[in-house]
Amino acid sequence: MIGLGHYLTVGAILFVLGVFGIFLNRKNVIVILMAIELILLAVNINLVAFSVFLHNMVGQVFAMFVLTVAAAEAAIGLAILVIYFRGRGTIAVDDINQMKG
Amino acid sequence: MIQVFTFYLFATFVIASGVMTIASRNPVHSVLWLILAFFNAAGLFLLIGAEFLAFLLVIVYVGAVAVLFLFVVMMLDVDFAELRAGFANYLFPGLLLAVVLLAEMIVALVARNAGGLSLAADQAAPVANAPANIVALGTMLYSRYLFIFEAAGIVLLVAMIGAIVLTHRKRSDVRPQSIDRQVRRRPKDAVRNMQPGVGQGVEL
Repeated sequence: MIGLGHYLTVGAILFVLGVFGIFLNRKNVIVILMAIELILLAVNINLVAFSVFLHNMVGQVFAMFVLTVAAAEAAIGLAILVIYFRGRGTIAVDDINQMKG
Repeated sequence: MIQVFTFYLFATFVIASGVMTIASRNPVHSVLWLILAFFNAAGLFLLIGAEFLAFLLVIVYVGAVAVLFLFVVMMLDVDFAELRAGFANYLFPGLLLAVVLLAEMIVALVARNAGGLSLAADQAAPVANAPANIVALGTMLYSRYLFIFEAAGIVLLVAMIGAIVLTHRKRSDVRPQSIDRQVRRRPKDAVRNMQPGVGQGVEL
C-alpha cells in the first residue's frame, strides 16, 4: 500500500538531487536553474501529498502558487542570463564578481 | 496492485531523470531529462488524485518553462565542455552535503512513522461524495483565495515585463517599420496634381 511516506520519500530524494546538482554544476548557471526547478518540484510533491492525505485543498492551492513563482523565476533568471551572455560572451558563474559582493 | 506498480514506475522515472538532469554532459540533454521528470511527476500527481496540478505541470512546465530553457540553451553559443571543468572538484563536498541532507530527512520520516507526534490522522481513504479535484480547487481559488490568485497574476505580469525590459535592446543598424509615421502621412504631403504645358516639363 502506497502511503504518505512513499510520496515524501520521492520528494526528499528529488530535493536532495536538486541541492546536489547545484554543487555539481557550480559553473553552469543554466543547470543550476534546472536544479532549482527540481527543488521546487520536490516541494510541490510534498505539498500535494500532504494536501491529499490530510484532505485539505489548501496545499494544492499553495502548490499552484509555487508553480507560478517558479515560472516567473525561470523567466527572469533566463532573461538575466541572456543579457549577461550578451555583455560578457560567457555564462561561467565563477567569473561573476563585478559587483564585488 | 496496479496502483503500487504505477507508483513505483513513476517514482523511479522521476528520480532517474532527476539524476540525469544534473549529471548529463550536454545541457540540451539536461533539459530533455527535466521534461521527462516533470511528465512523471505529473503522473504521480494524477495517481494521488490531484488532476488539476498534473495538467498544470504538463502545461506550464513542459509547455512553457522547459521550452524557454531549451530556447536559451540553444541560443547561447557557450563552450559547455569548459564549464564542466571543475566537475570533480565539487563532487565530494556536494555528495557529503547531499548525504547529510538525505539522512536528516530519513531520520525525520522514520521518527514520524514511529508515531512520535500525532497531529492529525492521515488516512488516505477518499472522502465519500467529495467534489472533483478541479471543482474543489476552483471553488477555493475563486472565493477565499481570490486576492492571492490575482497577486499571482501580478507576479506573472511583473515577470513578463521584467523579462522584456531586461532583454530588449535598441538597435541602430536596422530600420524598423515606423507605423505612426506611416499613419500620419497624408496625401497632400506626398502627391501633387500638375498640368504641365507642352514642352515645359515638371518641376520636381
